[in-house]
Amino acid sequence: MTRVGVVVFPGSNCELDAQNAFASLGAETVMVWHHETELPDVDLVVLPGGFAHGDYLRTGALARFSPVMDAVARHAESGGLLVGICNGFQILCEAGMLPGALRKNKGLKFLCKWVTLRVDNADTAFTSRATPGQFLRIPINHFEGNWYAEPEELERLRANDQIVLRYAENPNGSLDDVAGICNEAGNVFGLMPHPERACESLLGSEDGIVLLRSLLDAAEEAKVSA
Amino acid sequence: MTLTPTLHRDLGLTDDELVAIQKRLGRDPSYTELAMFSVMWSEHCSYKSSRIHLRGLPTEAPYILVGPGEGAGIIEVAPGVSVAWKIESHNHPSFVEPFNGAATGVGGIVRDILSMGARPIALMDPLRFGPLGDPRTAYLVEGVVHGISNYGNSIGVPTVGGEVVFEDCYAENPLVNVACLGVIEDKLMHGRAEGEGNVVILIGSSTGRDGIGGASVLASAEFDDTSGDKRPSVQVGDPFTEKLLIEACLELVRSDLLVGFQDLGAGGISCPTSEMAAKAGTGMHLDISAVHLREADMEPFEIMISESQERMLAVVDPTDVDAVLEVCRRWELAANVLGEVTKSGRVEVIRSDTVLVDVPADALAEEGPVYDRPKQRPAWLDDLQAADNGDGAPGDLRDAFMQLLSSPAMASKRWVWEQYDHMIFLGTVQGPGGDAAVIRLPNTEVAVAITVDGPGRYCYLDPYDGARLAVAEAARNVAAVGGRPLAITNCLNFGNPEKPEVMWQFSEVVRGIGDACRELGTPVTGGNVSFYNETKGRAIYPTPVIGMLGSVGDPRDSVGLAFRDPGDAIVVLGATDPDDFGGSEYAKTVNGTIAGRPPRLDLAREKALQAVLIEGARDRLFSSAHDCSGGGLAVTLAESALAGELGFSVDPSRLGDLEPHRLLFSESPSRAVVSCSPERVEAVRELADAYEVPFAVAGKVETDIFDLGTFRAEADVVREVFDKAFEAAMTARLS
Repeated sequence: MTRVGVVVFPGSNCELDAQNAFASLGAETVMVWHHETELPDVDLVVLPGGFAHGDYLRTGALARFSPVMDAVARHAESGGLLVGICNGFQILCEAGMLPGALRKNKGLKFLCKWVTLRVDNADTAFTSRATPGQFLRIPINHFEGNWYAEPEELERLRANDQIVLRYAENPNGSLDDVAGICNEAGNVFGLMPHPERACESLLGSEDGIVLLRSLLDAAEEAKVSA
Repeated sequence: MTLTPTLHRDLGLTDDELVAIQKRLGRDPSYTELAMFSVMWSEHCSYKSSRIHLRGLPTEAPYILVGPGEGAGIIEVAPGVSVAWKIESHNHPSFVEPFNGAATGVGGIVRDILSMGARPIALMDPLRFGPLGDPRTAYLVEGVVHGISNYGNSIGVPTVGGEVVFEDCYAENPLVNVACLGVIEDKLMHGRAEGEGNVVILIGSSTGRDGIGGASVLASAEFDDTSGDKRPSVQVGDPFTEKLLIEACLELVRSDLLVGFQDLGAGGISCPTSEMAAKAGTGMHLDISAVHLREADMEPFEIMISESQERMLAVVDPTDVDAVLEVCRRWELAANVLGEVTKSGRVEVIRSDTVLVDVPADALAEEGPVYDRPKQRPAWLDDLQAADNGDGAPGDLRDAFMQLLSSPAMASKRWVWEQYDHMIFLGTVQGPGGDAAVIRLPNTEVAVAITVDGPGRYCYLDPYDGARLAVAEAARNVAAVGGRPLAITNCLNFGNPEKPEVMWQFSEVVRGIGDACRELGTPVTGGNVSFYNETKGRAIYPTPVIGMLGSVGDPRDSVGLAFRDPGDAIVVLGATDPDDFGGSEYAKTVNGTIAGRPPRLDLAREKALQAVLIEGARDRLFSSAHDCSGGGLAVTLAESALAGELGFSVDPSRLGDLEPHRLLFSESPSRAVVSCSPERVEAVRELADAYEVPFAVAGKVETDIFDLGTFRAEADVVREVFDKAFEAAMTARLS
């Protein structure tokens, strides 16, 4: 069974939702408190949404110094799968594990709404179950989701096909409509929308399953080949 | 600090109340004691003007596990599944400082729910402001919504609905009410300090100078031009700590480490210490030098009544103290051992060696004054009720329709609720924008429906009938989504109770709520009274906000307001009375009139309609169902079409031979608009017949036209107006 570690910072608040969503897809989940200096034996690490350390100073700015982040970095450096959702994405950017930064939404308002995403790279561990150009209906829930990078950085990301998900209609001013990206090695992902909230038709959409199952597939594959 | 002969007045106590305190103690109170009495005997904490009226409310049903008097009411919604449900007000703080006032209102109600051992899982925010044309209104709306958004989103509790209402009377007295739903995860907790020798532990934030006298100075007095000076009485919230507090406290409950438990809100440390001891018939001995302070030089009275947020008081068996402290340490929360439970029946407070307080717990918590204040029916009411109710025909029906849909009252509130996280916890089956929210309870296949409703204009025109209409509409909203109404919590917002007219309005509203709740079988599980919503002598409308909770059963049985399939039949259930215009949206928006009598309500008819809605949902007959209320039939149809991104064509003459504007805009209660596939029309007719509910097929769902028989509009045009009006009004005022 694929083991998913959900890192919990003080102020995280989507950890239970992430746990429930992965569990509903058959994964075994384990919560990892931010004070831990070692990760348990897991195949995939998730930094969930929320307001780690109250998001004081700047979103993700304090969380990157949590003791667990060294272990998370080592996991990623050794090729382990890592995904940051919303606040988790912000933390990964602050920690330098993903490029760019998340600024306040262009309307200077918190936004919780359904959006449509376009899969612009279906050849990643995060999107293998999607078809290129597939549209996914997944909600966003953030104040700081306006992704920005310097022009050279953006060019590099485009050239490497690291822009995985784009908004069909840009809700927050994000540069190049970026909703989700990956690192150069293709094992670290970050996105502002919440796939764990889109895993059940009763709640409005099952499209999030496409992304989460892709990750579980990749984690399983890595285990077999290891 | 020294005692002066008039100090009690500055603290909000009357001369008679001081005499009562002296008599009870057999001596003069110390300064700290006087401060404690001033908050515990304040209107806000003691319900001294309202208590004798509230006694008349129905509070019992087999499924009500806890009624009024505790942190929240507890309702068993399915075998073994219980929820906590409670509403509170934070009106005065939100006017003085909208962001923190609203934020700490959320924090306070969440701790009420938590104090029962329940996990908070949904919030609703009924908000009332002055006219949107006033620049200060836009500032208040912006601040209040941002405060709720910032706090609610951070603690990870979804805000799933509410109201945003605009009336002149709320210009200087906005109403910021907040309701919270919780679910009992493991065991129900009580705010009782049982067991001599048990240890009293304060958990959470440090204690500072914020919120000194919030209950007495702010919440229990009118406003005037110096109200801005009261800003230090507004507390400052820290949602980050609240989130830790929720998780730590739930772990303490789960681990069975608590004997008794209560939140700190109005009245600060004074409140749970005296209330928990009084309820258990015990006492407490406390040393406040153990309280960790935000500022070193705080006076004892400040420590005892500070309303610093994010704090809870736990009573713990001595053998569990280490375990409790360890849980708090792990969640990075401070925990201070303050003292122990005694059998003295007294609250004794020392600071190091100095005795500061030694008073009977009962005297503080249960022996506050009870007033039967004089009541008088306002002299102006007869003229108001006899005046023209604003039912005159409009110059142009289509213009009137568009005017209503673009009014701040009726226009889409998406601008507001998109700022609230309404999805976290994966339980929001139906969120903001519908008649009621439908929330699936965690780890169950059981859902509840919750809604809040407060028709202030109806209550202004007739407090008794208005209150009955409020309860009926709230129940109808729950029935419309397929829920069976079970119980209410209420937030009673009024002017100065020392004025006989206000007191009369209050007693009439309570009588109306009681009668309607008895008739509909929905007891009152508690709530909140907010008096003194009055500035410069001008009171708000009597505004009871009813928070109705119902059981949906299987969440898949719930019904939304949105039209689903073009070609579906549109059925109007219930009868339209041509004269139900008093206090209506149409009379106010189109004819500028708020007068006459509110719509007539027959509770037997109301129950029959609700039975049809509930059974129809359970039998999955409906594609959509929507309560017909503000704006009448025309607005109800439009809302269903807009929510479904569809249109409709109806022939109002099929509903009766009335002038078109009466059919379209009258606000007769006990009506609903449902849609269903053509082959289900007969089944719906049979169901309606069985309950003797008037039934008429008015038309059908279309794709892109709003056809109301006597006029039509393109769906795109209506949508543009409806979607943009609120935001346009807000941004125009803010820029």
